[in-house]
Amino acid sequence: MSRLSIIPKLKRRKILDAIASGRRMDGRGLEEYREISVRRGVVEKAEGSAEARIGDTWVVAGVKIEIGEPFEDTPDEGILVCSADFAPVASPTFEPGPPDEASIELARVVDRGIRSSDALGLKDLCLIPGRKVYVVYIDLCILNHAGNLLDAASLAAVAALMEAKKPIYEVRDGKVYPTGEVEPLKLRRLPIAVSMAKIGDVIVLDPTFDEEEVMDTRITVTVDEEGNVCAVQKSGPQGLSVEEIWKAIEIAVNKAPKLREKLEAAL
Amino acid sequence: MSEEKWRRVDGRAWNELRPIKIESGVLPNADGSAYIEMGRNKIIVAVYGPREMHPKHLAKPDMAVLRCRYHMSPFSTHPRRSPGPSRRDTEIGMVMRYALEPAIFLERFPRASIDVYAEVLQADGGTRCASITAAAVALVDAGIPMRDLVAACAAGKIEGHIILDLNDHEDKYGEADVPVAYMPRLNKVTLLQMDGVLSPDELRRCIELAIEGCQHIYELQREALKRKYEEVVEEVKGDE
Amino acid sequence: MSAYFENRAIVVPGDILYEGRIRAGNNTYRMGGRVYATHVGLVEYGRGVVSVIALEAGYMPMVGDIVIGYVVDIDVGQWIVDINAPMNAILKVPDAMEAPFTPELVMTEFLDVGDTIVAKVVDLDRRRTPILSILGGELGRVDEGLIVEMTPSKVPRLIGKKGSMVSMILKETGCRLVIGENGRILIQCADREDEELIVNIIRKIEREAHTTGLTNRVHDYIMRMRGVRNE
Repeated sequence: MSRLSIIPKLKRRKILDAIASGRRMDGRGLEEYREISVRRGVVEKAEGSAEARIGDTWVVAGVKIEIGEPFEDTPDEGILVCSADFAPVASPTFEPGPPDEASIELARVVDRGIRSSDALGLKDLCLIPGRKVYVVYIDLCILNHAGNLLDAASLAAVAALMEAKKPIYEVRDGKVYPTGEVEPLKLRRLPIAVSMAKIGDVIVLDPTFDEEEVMDTRITVTVDEEGNVCAVQKSGPQGLSVEEIWKAIEIAVNKAPKLREKLEAAL
Repeated sequence: MSEEKWRRVDGRAWNELRPIKIESGVLPNADGSAYIEMGRNKIIVAVYGPREMHPKHLAKPDMAVLRCRYHMSPFSTHPRRSPGPSRRDTEIGMVMRYALEPAIFLERFPRASIDVYAEVLQADGGTRCASITAAAVALVDAGIPMRDLVAACAAGKIEGHIILDLNDHEDKYGEADVPVAYMPRLNKVTLLQMDGVLSPDELRRCIELAIEGCQHIYELQREALKRKYEEVVEEVKGDE
Repeated sequence: MSAYFENRAIVVPGDILYEGRIRAGNNTYRMGGRVYATHVGLVEYGRGVVSVIALEAGYMPMVGDIVIGYVVDIDVGQWIVDINAPMNAILKVPDAMEAPFTPELVMTEFLDVGDTIVAKVVDLDRRRTPILSILGGELGRVDEGLIVEMTPSKVPRLIGKKGSMVSMILKETGCRLVIGENGRILIQCADREDEELIVNIIRKIEREAHTTGLTNRVHDYIMRMRGVRNE
């Protein structure tokens, strides 16, 4: 495969024509996801793990849980650290190297959905205020980039947290001792990220890699069980009208329950 | 203690490999790819190329440059490892390159690069060997001309016993570890490392045992490469 | 002297195909008295030659090949073209238009980055860089249609024996196809349904390239899809 960083004009036109006709290149409607699958427990050594696939996009998330010191401004809260690696396995355009802005954005938006909805209940992850708290690491490994990494990464992250087990510690005389037992993290919320691309005058759900190449901009709306929005990210050079933003929120609120079903049904 | 009675930590016989599963062509974007499970090791390898070398000054005028990158996911080990590359990763990338290079007709692609990326999703001892085994399959899947396959596994010594295919525990607590990569048809060893202490005779037995293991892995590589096509043949027969 | 496999058996690199005097054909090499495979594919024992039909292989440019390329960069007096090969190809101004290169020429007005072209490989220079030409009949910039990629070594299957497969497809669908030896296929159809049918046919040929009776199955497939559509 060539390391093509520009999309041929011929292809661009095909994509735009297809979207204008209401039926996309892969036959989908404008507000339709590709096939989604979520599988839990793919990496036994992690405290929790899952893979999510949306079409050919494939992301693995692993959760590791350790003990650390809390941040000074939140002495009674556990710590959530979310990072992403755009591994060069995933695309001919990815190069080995430190995380670039796209992978940092990905991790931060996934983090924000989980943090804002307080899915983890960070206050429950404190062992000794000001001294010992749980540190929950979510690491996202991108294996194949076929567009809309964010929704796949978010699904994988939440699915991995759903099955994650934390070690139980006994607190004695201001110290923590491992008991050798574990218990589930107990998620309070299942935030779902829904991403859309604005291409011309049209909003399309779950953009493919090629659609992302031609899009004007992208908007991700993360939604909790009650239909509240718990994270938003507009990413890309062009603007959105207020009407387009309302529409994106409406689509996200409508689609999120379907994705949540996939999470809950995942083995 | 007789060899028959002694059992390894996971119940294997001294000359027994862990269960191995190899699948080719798992990544849609890559030119070639393979997934391997070797015991609890889980590794995915992608091959891109031969393609234009970037940056250009690294290109060689008379042959392709093989570049291997070995990387462990932060969640692949216990405790979590830092996501950045370590000195160990760099060395493993290099020995992977030396292990694979002799099998590839690099001279057919002057100025190009062939990139091999190994991503370790779960590590359980012997990841470099499993990565090399999967990389050879991925290179064939990418359509890169090869003289031979390269199969790899380790032998070593624990509690005085010579053993095949060390797991993480045996690697940590054993007396020695000898990873070997081998081109079965050309009968050449392309990776040989050792750490620990062995007598020359023990080292020789380890290398011979590892080569036996490679022969077996080689058969699994061949099966993995052919399976994809044989399945289609069966399916087509069923249609008729 | 002996063959190690049955004709058309699947072989992998390093497999010994033959021992003794025989010519080492495509995707094989000779060492000592033996011929080995270099690719995964089907072994073919012919008259005095053993070769492998590769099931996975990249594109290696040869003079005379028709290829489909994307303009990726512009240099002084030449365009750099991605042709799905290990190295980019070059299209020089005199091979693109019937006019010499002058400093006044605005090259982007003729061909720009992102343009798709059908071209012919007319030469490989000293460094084996493919030199292209778009002068002549079917060659030049493409402004309509869809490009699909397939494994270059399977392109002969899409063409078929003496063009039997491609002429059957063209006859049944009425579309126009330009087949690049570099594995890129240009599809031009009157409507999108036919275009998608062709894409599915190409996927089917690619997946079943190593099986027998493929032309018949593709024909049946077209009939079946037509039936579904007319219902």
